[in-house]
Amino acid sequence: MQRIGVFVCHCGTNIAATVDVKAVAEALGHEPGVVISQDYQYMCSESGQNLVKDAIKEHNLSGIVICSCSPRMHENTFRKAAAAAGLNPYLVEIANIREQCSWIHRDIATATEKAIILGKAAVAKVHLNTPLTSMESPVVKRALVIGGGIAGIQTALDIAEAGFDVDIVEKEATIGGKMAQIDKTFPTLDCAACILTPKMVEASQNEKIHIYAFSEVEAVKGFVGNFTVKIKRKARYVDEVKCTGCGACIEKCPMKKVPNEFNMGLDNRHAVYIPFAQAVPKIATIDPNYCMMLKNGKCGLCSKVCAAGAIDYKQQDSFIEEKYGAIVVATGFNPIKLDKYDEFSYNTCPDVVTSLELERLMNAAGPNGGTLLRPSDKSHPHTIVFVQCVGSRCSDEKGKPYCSKICCMYTAKHAMLIRDKYPDTEVYVFYIDVRTPGKNFDEFYRRAVEQYNVHYIKGMVGKVTPKSDGKIDVQASDLLSNEQLHIDADMVVLAAAIEPDKTARPLATMLTTQMDTNDFFTEAHPKLRPVESATAGIFLSGACQGPKDIPETVAQGSAAAAKAIGLLCKNSITCNPCVAHSDELMCNGCSSCEKVRPYGAITYSDKEFRMPDRTIAVRRVASVNPAVCQGCGACTVACPSGAMDLSGFSNSQIMAEVDAICK
Amino acid sequence: MQVNDNNFEPVIVAFCCNWCSYAGADLSGTNRLNYPTNVKIIRVPCSCRVNPMFILRAFQRGADGVIICGCHPGDCHYTSGNYYARRRITLLYSMLDFLGIERDRTRLEWVSAAEGAKFAATMESFTEQVKALGPNRRLEDLRCRKQ
Repeated sequence: MQRIGVFVCHCGTNIAATVDVKAVAEALGHEPGVVISQDYQYMCSESGQNLVKDAIKEHNLSGIVICSCSPRMHENTFRKAAAAAGLNPYLVEIANIREQCSWIHRDIATATEKAIILGKAAVAKVHLNTPLTSMESPVVKRALVIGGGIAGIQTALDIAEAGFDVDIVEKEATIGGKMAQIDKTFPTLDCAACILTPKMVEASQNEKIHIYAFSEVEAVKGFVGNFTVKIKRKARYVDEVKCTGCGACIEKCPMKKVPNEFNMGLDNRHAVYIPFAQAVPKIATIDPNYCMMLKNGKCGLCSKVCAAGAIDYKQQDSFIEEKYGAIVVATGFNPIKLDKYDEFSYNTCPDVVTSLELERLMNAAGPNGGTLLRPSDKSHPHTIVFVQCVGSRCSDEKGKPYCSKICCMYTAKHAMLIRDKYPDTEVYVFYIDVRTPGKNFDEFYRRAVEQYNVHYIKGMVGKVTPKSDGKIDVQASDLLSNEQLHIDADMVVLAAAIEPDKTARPLATMLTTQMDTNDFFTEAHPKLRPVESATAGIFLSGACQGPKDIPETVAQGSAAAAKAIGLLCKNSITCNPCVAHSDELMCNGCSSCEKVRPYGAITYSDKEFRMPDRTIAVRRVASVNPAVCQGCGACTVACPSGAMDLSGFSNSQIMAEVDAICK
Repeated sequence: MQVNDNNFEPVIVAFCCNWCSYAGADLSGTNRLNYPTNVKIIRVPCSCRVNPMFILRAFQRGADGVIICGCHPGDCHYTSGNYYARRRITLLYSMLDFLGIERDRTRLEWVSAAEGAKFAATMESFTEQVKALGPNRRLEDLRCRKQ
């Protein structure tokens, strides 16, 4: 006979305000097998847990039901409490009467009725729970960081510091990411390259870190502690080992009209190139779309001048496979494409630029050597208009619904830098709101307004029209004075919204992690587990999880590293014991389950069975490898004989829940 | 027994996968998005864990509607579980047609962990849909009926 304890939590007033907890405890006390039914203010508190522990010992309970918040919140807490009192942790069931009852319903009578039914379903299920024991599975002591921007670099450095091997996979020819393109950083106005490039060098020189630049993740298999990742090393047509990065090939390359991605297409590079002077690894790459030798077999100059003999026109994409214990995603962001924003004339007027293009225009290593000149006629701009929230906080399909977070601050930075260097230039900023939370951020913005006299105007820019005299007409409304404005500008800078990198979506599918509707990775808990994904062993670093500035990105990169180190420190991890198992007496070896197994955990073998007439028969039966099975339950439904079942979510348990709800 | 349709409160069983839809349901709770109390959620590891037998059992025991929620196609935590669920439910539909159970009593919906609002709206609309159909009497096992 089962001896079940029911514990109903008030959660302060979170549950008790809409659910009559006393009535729930009373009603569940009459359920078959229930020997004790109690309510308490905070079941998850230490005294609440002690109440549960004492009841388990005192009443010799064989199973407990906690009516409280979501099992995603406190299932582990109560499992630990049960284990401490000597009860198998898998004899605990949670009835979710907060997120799925008290928080969504207003009427006390119906909410209480629903809570009782949810409690009864949990009691019905716990009757059929069986004690489960977790298996241990070894942890591969190596981490993979996907993305080599500042987030990925910080994570890799921290993991390497703790003594573990880390591989960085970066899709571009160099690590550095977006931060390498930025000129100065807010709010300190120090040069981005001066603080980033030492970190890039540190990463490349650290013997624990291996950088796979110009590579992409092709496939991911396995599970926490034991991932197998296939990495595609894209053909550079240059031997990475032999190339010294001397640049002789670049000087000789006759194909000079290739848009330079690093400078946002504002100038040109050669078909063979090194993205920028401080690139890591500093290895030349040949662009097959432009190289005349690769396109039509005529040229070959670079291979003639290469003293190291590193040029290899026959190089092919190669693939490597590595095992990892933890994976950190740091795929970063991109500014959105502005082709839907015709009103800002971005595609038709070269003097309308995005903020990232302005970073390059102002950078000493940029197309103009650091002098701010109009891209169209290389003249000095006297009036510059900044437009905020281009595609951010947008209610329609054109843009993004969220705030891109960094634009207010980098625009204040741009405005300040321009006013500082060119005091004769008038700077206007059109904004919806100025959002400057952060250490020293609001002070920074106020300096732009008060010290540098940047004209901040609350209002929307309606239309940007290039005029025949080379000026740009900016038509806008000033919301505070309720006036229509026309500004004759020389340059317009658009603060384009940022979005996750395009590679993030297919990567999320490979990693089986969740994304939100904007393709940002979803964290396991928005407040308490911000750098973990819901998939064990996958961690999130930087802007792939949401818009972030550099200090936040670095902080999150280190946090993700700490979580990954915590995992790598373990020699083995406890597997989820809620996995499939096959009843060999019922299995007829039909192989139906084999067709739906996503992890290859099911194998078949011939086994001897003693038949009723005492003869020995050999039958082919399925067996499940519990270390590999992840417990999805696909096989349990495919099994025609009902031999396959899932521990913790067995057929009889779910049926019992169905019955309890329907009755 | 006559059931007054105005007061008809259907019993609805919702199977939610642990990784997306159950988290989506939690999110609609966190955001205090109201949906009818008729919906009672059963947590399953994946939508592919839902045996069509469970759905038939629910109808037998007096459920008026059954909804299965899983991760969006391509987002399954177990890579392919929701595809199996989709095929199984499609097959179940033809069986329900054969039995004379209205298709509208069963629904398969994709709800991600970030779609709390979609979860609440889905439950709202499904409850309305089942209410409009009236009580399920065709498959109900009267011996199991609540006295």
